[in-house]
Amino acid sequence: MRRYLLEGLMRRPLTETAPLPDADAQDQLAAAFARTVRTKLGRSLAIRHVDAGSCNGCELELQALSNPFYDLERFGLHFVASPRHADVLTVTGPVTHNMAEALRRTYDAMPSPKWVIAIGDCAKCGGCFADSYAVAGGVDAVVPVDLHIPGCAPDPTALLKGMVALVERMGSGAEPN
Amino acid sequence: MTKLPDLTWTRSRDFRAAPFSATPVRPSEWTALAHALSAGHFTLLSLWAEEGAACMALHDADARRVAVARVDAATGAFPSVGVHHAPAQRLERAAADLFGLTPEGAADARPWLDHGRWGIRHPLGGASPDAAQPPYAFLPVEGDSLHQVPVGPVHAGIIEPGHFRFTAQGETVVRLEERLGYTHKGIDRLMRGASLARGAELAGRTSGDSTVAYSVAFAQAVEAALSVAVPRRAFALRGLMAELERLANHLGDIGGICNDAAFAMMLAQTGILRENVLRAAHAAFGHRFMRDRVVPGGVAVDLDAEGEAVIKALIADIRDRFPSLVELYDTTASLMDRTVGTGHVAPDLARRFGAGGYVGRASGRDFDTRRDLRYAPYDMLRLEVPVRHECDVNARVWIRIREVEHCCSLITQMLNALPTGPVLTEVAPVGEPRAGLGLVEGFRGDILAWLALDAEGRINRCHMRDPSWFQWPLLEAAIEGNIIADFPLCNKSFNCSYSGHDL
Ligand code: SF4
Repeated sequence: MRRYLLEGLMRRPLTETAPLPDADAQDQLAAAFARTVRTKLGRSLAIRHVDAGSCNGCELELQALSNPFYDLERFGLHFVASPRHADVLTVTGPVTHNMAEALRRTYDAMPSPKWVIAIGDCAKCGGCFADSYAVAGGVDAVVPVDLHIPGCAPDPTALLKGMVALVERMGSGAEPN
Repeated sequence: MTKLPDLTWTRSRDFRAAPFSATPVRPSEWTALAHALSAGHFTLLSLWAEEGAACMALHDADARRVAVARVDAATGAFPSVGVHHAPAQRLERAAADLFGLTPEGAADARPWLDHGRWGIRHPLGGASPDAAQPPYAFLPVEGDSLHQVPVGPVHAGIIEPGHFRFTAQGETVVRLEERLGYTHKGIDRLMRGASLARGAELAGRTSGDSTVAYSVAFAQAVEAALSVAVPRRAFALRGLMAELERLANHLGDIGGICNDAAFAMMLAQTGILRENVLRAAHAAFGHRFMRDRVVPGGVAVDLDAEGEAVIKALIADIRDRFPSLVELYDTTASLMDRTVGTGHVAPDLARRFGAGGYVGRASGRDFDTRRDLRYAPYDMLRLEVPVRHECDVNARVWIRIREVEHCCSLITQMLNALPTGPVLTEVAPVGEPRAGLGLVEGFRGDILAWLALDAEGRINRCHMRDPSWFQWPLLEAAIEGNIIADFPLCNKSFNCSYSGHDL
């Protein structure tokens, strides 16, 4: 274990040494994001996640945001365990009837101002599950949505970009819910 | 007792190459099969309903063959299997919810997927308007100083929804009762009447982490039903994708389990390797999860020389870095302290439930579809199946560790002998109704796909059974006697799919 800790201290962070296919875009994104979050919200934005019926693919990419390549927390963004601590609600999946109430209640438990990001094609309008008896629809069928990030599943870079876009919009006078 | 019916048993090579026919049995024979299951003569592969009938798929492990029995249920009922053989219980409850068929004599008649919120009842049966349902009755618990802790459906992390009701005495869990079905999307009904392309789309979105495995299972069922000859290169590419998927998931799980034991460094390290696998998958096949890449008739993308090089480099890198992570796991006493002895699953339970994947193999169940019900490309490869007997979280970690190593070996073997030629062949309807069976080893265990097509090649019935159906009940057993604080650890060591189970 000591070796890993030492290596961790000596080595430059992976985020910089591992070149990404679109390394430039990623760096720009990181800079822009850090700046906006800092000006708009001090230093941090707390995110609460609800899976409202996804296939779990979108969850995997949300989890990837915390790996050393993307390291979400360096932008001041972090996932929190309780809706009461959250500024932003991320929601995946078509909203199933069996999850609609739980989603609504999670949203209601968040203090205002609050924003909702719908993640993935399913979250838009139900995606390929739209016509089912078991599906209420997209996220906006149950709670108001501020931003939708398309993709099946949106990759971590798309998720980061979407979050930047939301933070940008927060500053441009878009009313939160 | 009624004598066992003569079922049409089929060996693995045969059922993947030709249409499958279910053997019609009388109710008394059906019950005789249920007794044979509970006596351990066969393993239950799945149980599902069709219009006016109930079916179950059986595996005869010694003879390495499978069969499907069908009993008439035109009267709206069929004899319960679950009352004799517990692993069938939840499948029967789901069949009752979806089709309105009553498993007669069942001990547990509570709904399972139907939470009374769909607006209709029995969506694949009579589809009658919903009547108000009584609140779900959790099993009664009696005893001194017991308290209950309800958790979910919304959980603290970025995970899927489900409800867990713990009954604890002090810190010790005396019972866990699961309630699932929250992510039920109605896949079975969306499948009805769908084209094969639409079916493949839905199959690949049944459990996102196993999208390749599901797509292969669905494709196998289609190809068997319609007797399609898939090009050899397509099989090899499917194999590569399936092993990359397994690799990514196991790496994520190993880190996730350690993280739930408060050892975050491992998650960071395996997270790097996992991300590299996903990026290689994207470079080689055009999608991080390789979704929609496997289609009936073959695969939708070919692999070019660059893609091959990326995968080779990935495997070299994992072979280089993984051993020191294994050593780190093996030498960190504080981590072992959490994983050794925690979440014990008795070998007998694993066998009876036919628990697949690491859950079964960590409890001595020596089964792997890739070896025991073989399919291409694994018939051409050297495959080792790790088995352990400690039955705990630690054993489930070690099974994954060994499988990561085996994945690397399989991928190398496949890359060294990649056949050339086309990767896709045409799939055409045959002008008569056909059925087919697919069975695939996903990272969690065996996935079954049963498919009945009409004369035009449209889907009449598609039933997919996730490995989690037979693992979720064992989690209830595994946590008994452990402390509540160890539940996340046990749960992660199972990593069952909610979506794959809820459908
Ligand atoms: S958008 Fe795609 S990955 Fe996300 S939940 Fe829907 S099917 Fe799954």
